[in-house]
Amino acid sequence: MPDTAMPILDVKGLETVFRTRGGDVHAVNSVDFHLRPGELLGVVGESGSGKSVTMMSLLRLLPSPPAEMRNGTVMFDGQDLLKISPEELRQVRGSRIGFIFQDPMTSLNPVYTVGFQLAEPLRAHLGMSKAEARARSVELLRLVGIPDPEQRLKDYPHQFSGGMRQRVMIAIALACDPKVLIADEPTTALDVTIQAQIIELVKDLRQKLGMAIIWITHDLGVIAGIADRVMVMYAGQVVEEGPVNEIFRDPQHPYTQALLKTVPAVRGPRAEKLQVIEGQPPIMHEAPDACSFRNRCKFAFDRCAEENPALAPVHMPGHRAACFLLDKASTKEPEAVHG
Amino acid sequence: MADVQPGTEAKAQAPLVKVRDLKMYFPIHSGLFRTHTGNIKAVDGISFDIMPGETLGLVGESGCGKSTVGRAILRLYDLTGGTVEINGFEIAHVDRDSLRSKRPMMQMIFQDPQASLNPRMTVASIIGEPLDEHMKLTANERLARIYELMDWVGLNREFAKRYPHEFSGGQRQRIGIARALALNPKFIVCDEPIAALDVSIQAQVVNLLEELQNRLNLTYLFISHDLSMVRHIADRVAVMYLGRIVEIASREKLFAEPLHPYTQALLSAVPEPDPESERNRRPIVLQGDVPSPANPPKGCNFSTRCPKVMDVCRQIEPGVYDFGEGRQVACHLYSESMTTTAEPTAGERTN
Repeated sequence: MPDTAMPILDVKGLETVFRTRGGDVHAVNSVDFHLRPGELLGVVGESGSGKSVTMMSLLRLLPSPPAEMRNGTVMFDGQDLLKISPEELRQVRGSRIGFIFQDPMTSLNPVYTVGFQLAEPLRAHLGMSKAEARARSVELLRLVGIPDPEQRLKDYPHQFSGGMRQRVMIAIALACDPKVLIADEPTTALDVTIQAQIIELVKDLRQKLGMAIIWITHDLGVIAGIADRVMVMYAGQVVEEGPVNEIFRDPQHPYTQALLKTVPAVRGPRAEKLQVIEGQPPIMHEAPDACSFRNRCKFAFDRCAEENPALAPVHMPGHRAACFLLDKASTKEPEAVHG
Repeated sequence: MADVQPGTEAKAQAPLVKVRDLKMYFPIHSGLFRTHTGNIKAVDGISFDIMPGETLGLVGESGCGKSTVGRAILRLYDLTGGTVEINGFEIAHVDRDSLRSKRPMMQMIFQDPQASLNPRMTVASIIGEPLDEHMKLTANERLARIYELMDWVGLNREFAKRYPHEFSGGQRQRIGIARALALNPKFIVCDEPIAALDVSIQAQVVNLLEELQNRLNLTYLFISHDLSMVRHIADRVAVMYLGRIVEIASREKLFAEPLHPYTQALLSAVPEPDPESERNRRPIVLQGDVPSPANPPKGCNFSTRCPKVMDVCRQIEPGVYDFGEGRQVACHLYSESMTTTAEPTAGERTN
C-alpha cells in the first residue's frame, strides 16, 4: 500500500454516547482512523466494542436521541460529514459512500421487488430515467453474479437465498459507484461455503472497481484473507492498528494477542487446550480514564488503572497500539505522521 | 451409516447412543383444504454410534438437518422412521410415560441462552426445575444440589436469586449447562452452544464443557457449524449435507484428508487467521445454493453443486464406502477403488 496517498476518509476524535434510562453508555471513545483510496480496512472487535456504532456515526445513521455525537470530525472529500446539512448528507449516503448491513433479510424491504430497490438510488442520486435505471440494474446484478438478471429484477427478497440476498445488497451499495463501501459483518449471517463465494466476489469487485472498503467483522480469518490494514477495537476505542501482516505476525496489544490465540485452527497443529480471555468486556458508563482492558489483562500494572493509554507508534511504520507495556519495552520513537 | 466403530480406541465397548436409519420428515400442507402435498425431508436416513465418554461433532450448513437430528434423538419430535437407542433403551417408539422416566439420562444445551431460559424465573428455580420434576428432595438437599451445580459451571452462589437478564451471554449459557447437568445425565446434545457468544467467551464455554466431560464422564453430540471449534472439541466428526451424513471419520483423519467432495469444499472455505497463507489459499468455491429438502435432487444430494460430479451421481444414490477405523464416505468417487462396501444406511441392522 502506498503510504503517501491522501486519506479519502479521515476520522478524528469521534465520540458517540447513548443516553439511556439506565445511564449513559460511551459506545465510541475518541476514535481516530483513516482510509486511503482503494484500501481495504478491516475492523475487528467483539460485540459491543463499538465497531458498528463508529461506522454508523460517520454517516449519522444513529437515531438521536438516544445517540449523541459529542465530538469529532469526519473528513470526506473536503467536507466534514458531521457538520454538513441533512440535504448534503443525503447526497453522500448511498451514493458516494455505500453501506452493506449484516442481515440481508432485514435490510431489504420485503414488499418491493429487488428491481425497484436497485433502481431507487439510481433514480434518486443519479437522476436516471426508469429505462436507464433498469438497464443499469441488470448490469449490476450481473456484476455481482446473479444468474438471469432480467428475470430476477421482478422477484421479491424472500424469493432469494441468503447468499443471493447479500449479493443484491452489494449491488445496491455499488449502484452509484461509491468511493467508499462500508460493509458491516456482511458474511456473518451466511454459511462458510456462501461466505467464500461473497469474499471471492468482493475481491473481484475491488479489482474491477477500485473502491476503498471498510470491512467490519469479528472473524479474524476473514480479515486475514482480504484486508490491507487492520484496526482492533475494544470498549469503544481503537487499541491497535497496522498492516495486516504485522497485526497477525507481531501483535502488540495484549488484547489482540489474546484474541488471536482464542481461535482454534482448522489446518495445521491442533491446540490441546484453548486459550481463554477471562472475564467479559466492560459496559462503558463513563468515558474511560484508564485502560479498559486492564481487568482482563495478564500484564496489567499500576499505571493501567491511572491513565488511559493513547495509540502510539510501534517499530514498524503504520503500526500503532495503545498500551503502556510498549513504553516500558522500547525507547519511544518520534511521532510519525501516521500511515 | 451402520456399524460404526469408535475412531481411536477400538475397545469392546457398547455404544451409548445407537442411531439407525433415522428419518424425520415434516409434512407440507397446501391448498384450500391444507392437504398433505409433500414432505420436507429434514433428516433422511442417517445412522451413527457414539461411544461412552466420546464427543461426536455434527457439522453442516444451515438447513442441512443437523439440529433436527439432535432434537429427534432426544425424542423432542415424533420420528418418521428409524431407531434410537440410548444407554440400552430404545426411545424412538416408546410411549410418553416410559419416555419421561428416561429423560434424566439425556439432556440438551440450546443455542440461544437468552431464549431458552425463562425470564421470570430465578437462576435457582431454573436449575432446580428438573430436580422438582424428577427427584424427591428436601428443600435443603435441593438447595445444596443447586449450589453444587453452580460451582461446577463457575457461577457465583450469590447469584442464585438473580434473573437471567442480569447475566451476560456467557454466564447465561453456564446456567443452561447447569440445568442440563442437574439430573446426572449420561448423554448431552449440545446444539450450537457457542454460536451466539463472542469469540473470547466461546473459548471459556468450550473449556468448561471439556472439563465437565472429564469430571462426569459425559457423552456429547456437539452440533455446530464452526469447523475449527469442532476440530477442537470432537473425537469423531460427522458431516451432514441435505439430510444425510456424507462422511464420518475420526477428527484427525477428517481434517487431515477429507474424502467427500463436500467435506473438502467445506474445509477449504474456512478462512484461517494467517494473512500469508490466506493470500495463497484457493478455496474450492461451490456454485449455487443448497437445494430444497422438500425436493432433493435425484441421485446424490450433492450432485447439483459437486465440482467432481459424474453422470452416475445424477442417477443413483451413492452407497456408503467403509475405509476402516470407523471412516465412512458416501460418494461414487470411491466405488471403484474400494472393494469393501459397508452396509448402506437403509435398513436396520443388529450386530
